[in-house]
Amino acid sequence: MSSKSSTDTARAARLGVLKTYKLYVGGKFPRSESGRVYEVSDAKGNWLANAPQASRKDARDAVVAARKAFGGWAGATAYLRGQILYRIAEMLEGRRDQFAREVAEAEGLSKSKAAAQVDAAIDRWVWYAGWTDKIAQVAGAANPVAGPYFNLSSPEPTGVVAVLAPQESSFLGLVSVLAPVIATGNTAVLVASERAPLPALSLSEVLATSDLPGGVVNVLSGRTAEIAAPLAAHQDVNAIDLTGAEDADLARDLEAAAAENLKRVLRPQPVDLAADPGTHRLTAFLETKTVWHPTGSLGASGSGY
Amino acid sequence: MPNTPPADAPASPASTDPAASFTDATASNHALRAFLHGLPGVDAVGLEARAAALGTRSIKTSAKAYAIDLAISMIDLTTLEGADTPGKVGSLGAKAVHPDPTDRETPRTAAVCVYPDMVATAKEAVAGSGVKVASVATAFPAGRAALGVKLADVRDAVDAGADEVDMVIDRGAFLAGNYLKVYEEIRAVKEASGDARLKVIFETGELSTYDNIRRASWLGMIAGADFIKTSTGKVGVNATPANTLLMLQAVRDFRERTGVQVGVKPAGGIRTSKDAVKFLVLVNETAGEDWLDNRWFRFGASSLLNDLLMQRQKLATGRYSGPDYVTVD
Repeated sequence: MSSKSSTDTARAARLGVLKTYKLYVGGKFPRSESGRVYEVSDAKGNWLANAPQASRKDARDAVVAARKAFGGWAGATAYLRGQILYRIAEMLEGRRDQFAREVAEAEGLSKSKAAAQVDAAIDRWVWYAGWTDKIAQVAGAANPVAGPYFNLSSPEPTGVVAVLAPQESSFLGLVSVLAPVIATGNTAVLVASERAPLPALSLSEVLATSDLPGGVVNVLSGRTAEIAAPLAAHQDVNAIDLTGAEDADLARDLEAAAAENLKRVLRPQPVDLAADPGTHRLTAFLETKTVWHPTGSLGASGSGY
Repeated sequence: MPNTPPADAPASPASTDPAASFTDATASNHALRAFLHGLPGVDAVGLEARAAALGTRSIKTSAKAYAIDLAISMIDLTTLEGADTPGKVGSLGAKAVHPDPTDRETPRTAAVCVYPDMVATAKEAVAGSGVKVASVATAFPAGRAALGVKLADVRDAVDAGADEVDMVIDRGAFLAGNYLKVYEEIRAVKEASGDARLKVIFETGELSTYDNIRRASWLGMIAGADFIKTSTGKVGVNATPANTLLMLQAVRDFRERTGVQVGVKPAGGIRTSKDAVKFLVLVNETAGEDWLDNRWFRFGASSLLNDLLMQRQKLATGRYSGPDYVTVD
């Protein structure tokens, strides 16, 4: 036997090291509480991996984690949030090839098209990182009032936001809905694309190593309708982005459930992912806090604030 | 039923002094030591495995609803902070009487638990509701004071109207093997407590071994404790399923031997409904149904109540609730 053929045999005999995809909740990577998984296939129907099939209890745990993380994330300076988001983009850059492969498999794209999607997603992440300390100037205001007061409106994060990621665009679409939510200081419970959840689950590995505090983003995979229902009805979720609710009946039911505690709802709408995203998704999950502060002279000298 | 406040009449054949059956054992420190060290040793691995196995029971739907209401009715709603104000104790009392203002069907808690100087305030806050007022005493939580000071502390609480007294044992004396001192101190506090029910806190986290917890349990029961309680909530290790299981075995065996029923109160570290239900399973499987009542089993807790209320709301509405829908204490 020649040495070449024995190397070939050894290579052929090497056991595959398959990745166990897991949920991302509170900075940890648990399996689904239910123990369930479901098969994920590529665009041609070939098996890719088993993804965890999250249950309503996983959704509940994710909301608890997101609520716990909210105070710290919302209270962090906008500058720090920008730094951390930019760090995420740096980490994504280092794993470009992995994401390009996963996107190519998930969406049936050519290598170059998938790579272009990943590049666009990373650029978009950087773009939103830049917005963290600018949104207050754009969405806030100094309001003229009929009295000796400063009147300032300042945008504040709304709280825990449930995000149903787009079903078709597994990575660029995902980044387009997730980044604006956390950029402004909200925390997110993300329900990944049902058919193509792997890029989202891999993204959580990036988030876990990018100084993003645990619980700010929680990633669930599984049946969108099953996970979205308890999230929409959850009394401790403040807003829900229905982008991934493609079925009109589902979207309507979720909106009705969300009305129970007056959640902010972003209805599903066609999105041109290639276009400039604008600030629409940043401002969708903001509250406006308005502060009155007395102005006027500080005594006889006539000097003012 | 979970809705009933703690009954005043003893529900067991137990008004006799249990110490009468143990006069030999309590004759001297030597005899007491011989008795306590003659108790069977604890199989630590078996105990923890048993506690963990019982924790895996699945309690769902109507059984869960029953367990949640029962657990609420067993809570000693506790505030033991240096920063306690009359206002805080007052609102704690209000919460004990109406844990969930949006649902008047919610059972009351068993008691509120405060420091002696807050007893009068707490009494006023729960007046007429059937909710008891428990007071910690005997130089809680360290228990490092002269006997006279401890007894004065107890009398203070009882005079202010405390229905229950939570005393701490002298762990230093216990660990040094001076069991008779601990015994006599509990006897003295029991006498000073008068009609108030006496809970004896062992601070299991400081007793080092399971054998010591078993010895302390028997020592406390012989001395006349109405309740044996795991911990103060002020140290690292508080109530665990294993140490509570051990104490439940002790009260079961004690009743078998003397006919006297003693209650158990795990305290500290029980924060979720899931944990509370696990403890109720332990009670049912170890001591038995007789203890599934707030006269014989209590939870020393504060944040547990909010989690039970959120679970209760979830069962009622089908929607997960959140901390915005319960009071902040």
